[in-house]
Amino acid sequence: MVWKRWADVGKWVLGGWMVAVLLGAFLLDARRLGTLGQGARIIFFHIPTAWVTVLALAVSSVYSIRYLVWRGQADDRHAVHSAGLGILFCLLATVTGSIFARITWGAFWNWDPRETTIFVLLLFYAAYFALRAAVSDEETRAALSAAYNVLGLVVVPFLVFVAPRLPGLAGLHPEPIVNVRGELDMDPWALLVFLAALAGFTGIYLWTFHLANRIGLAEQRLNVLEERDGRPVDR
Amino acid sequence: MSGAKQQLQAAWAICGKDLRAEFRTRYALSAIGLFALTTLTVVSFAVGPLFLEADLLSALLWVILFFAAMAGLSRTFVHEEEARTAPALRLAAPPVAVYLGKGLFNLVLLLLLEALIVPLFIAMMGLRVGNPGLFLLVLLLGDAGLAGVTTIVAAMVAQASARGALFTVLSFPLLLPLLIQCIEGARAALAGQSTATAAASLGVLVAYAVATGTASVMLFPAIWTEM
Repeated sequence: MVWKRWADVGKWVLGGWMVAVLLGAFLLDARRLGTLGQGARIIFFHIPTAWVTVLALAVSSVYSIRYLVWRGQADDRHAVHSAGLGILFCLLATVTGSIFARITWGAFWNWDPRETTIFVLLLFYAAYFALRAAVSDEETRAALSAAYNVLGLVVVPFLVFVAPRLPGLAGLHPEPIVNVRGELDMDPWALLVFLAALAGFTGIYLWTFHLANRIGLAEQRLNVLEERDGRPVDR
Repeated sequence: MSGAKQQLQAAWAICGKDLRAEFRTRYALSAIGLFALTTLTVVSFAVGPLFLEADLLSALLWVILFFAAMAGLSRTFVHEEEARTAPALRLAAPPVAVYLGKGLFNLVLLLLLEALIVPLFIAMMGLRVGNPGLFLLVLLLGDAGLAGVTTIVAAMVAQASARGALFTVLSFPLLLPLLIQCIEGARAALAGQSTATAAASLGVLVAYAVATGTASVMLFPAIWTEM
């Protein structure tokens, strides 16, 4: 199969790419990193994980909407796998962000608007998996969790809007890399490594998502076989 | 598919049925009422002698209201499943009417709860409300959002196991933006700010209630149909 060969090649390209990103992130001259110096190297990992969190959760919501419309089992599996990866990257973003906050702002946790948002996302997806664990019937579980996911999609934008108004808290996060005036506020080499890390992390997400979906499909086919034969399949 | 008028009539009938059942047993109302009263007493004992700022008092009020709501608002749907009347309800009324009727019932419960707790809170904490109109408006809009979200979450929880704990776990992330905004609005009202300066807060509350209500009406048929 042509597709499979491309996937194999892509896997190795991704591996090489990430090695290059790691080398770049740690070997880049510290003077190019701005006022934070060595501590700033974490942005090559922190921001991409936060970005993948958002991406994975958006993908999960899209599959949940698809499930509610067409009721395909595959859509339910895809939504769960993407949410699972989302919660993993959400944890990574929270932990790296917390370390970064200790270095730059002096405390591990400050309830800065973005910290609040990512924390609620973490709670939301923990609740999503708690809901799935509490429902035994497969179709009910899929429908309920899909509806909950979509409800979250409606509420999260409010959080992004409301969190910055928390009393007594101005945002601690710096302006986005490309700020409102459209200027770039980063050394060109640092920017190159940063963009490469962003692409690399996105690639890792797509690859692991693909793997999880293949495992899910194999599991489902085994279940069908077991049901047909009436005995457990040797896994 | 029945027309909008029949839907509303069915919703009204469901709300009426639940209210009659509630006034016979007073289960949900006594659960949330006593829960709120207990929490209020604890809060009052603990911080009553201190002179607290409006920020802290508005936060305490909404914490009491939120957890009291968590104690009783899942009852509408959980009771239908426990008494095995849910299938009959599915046959008797279209899903949207069920959602609206139950949501209205939860809204009435919340209003009754607040009619009891808010005056007590004001009296026990020795509070002066600077802008009573704004204070009431924030309470009402907060109730609308709270009732809309808790109703659909209750319908989900009723079909799951470990209902009590799950209800709070599922509701909290969805309700947090609303809570933050309600606390903010109540703080402005206690401090006596004019309604115009709090317009942004009120706008967010209205938008939240409308967005979550609309989404719930659209999602409800997917989780209420018998599978």
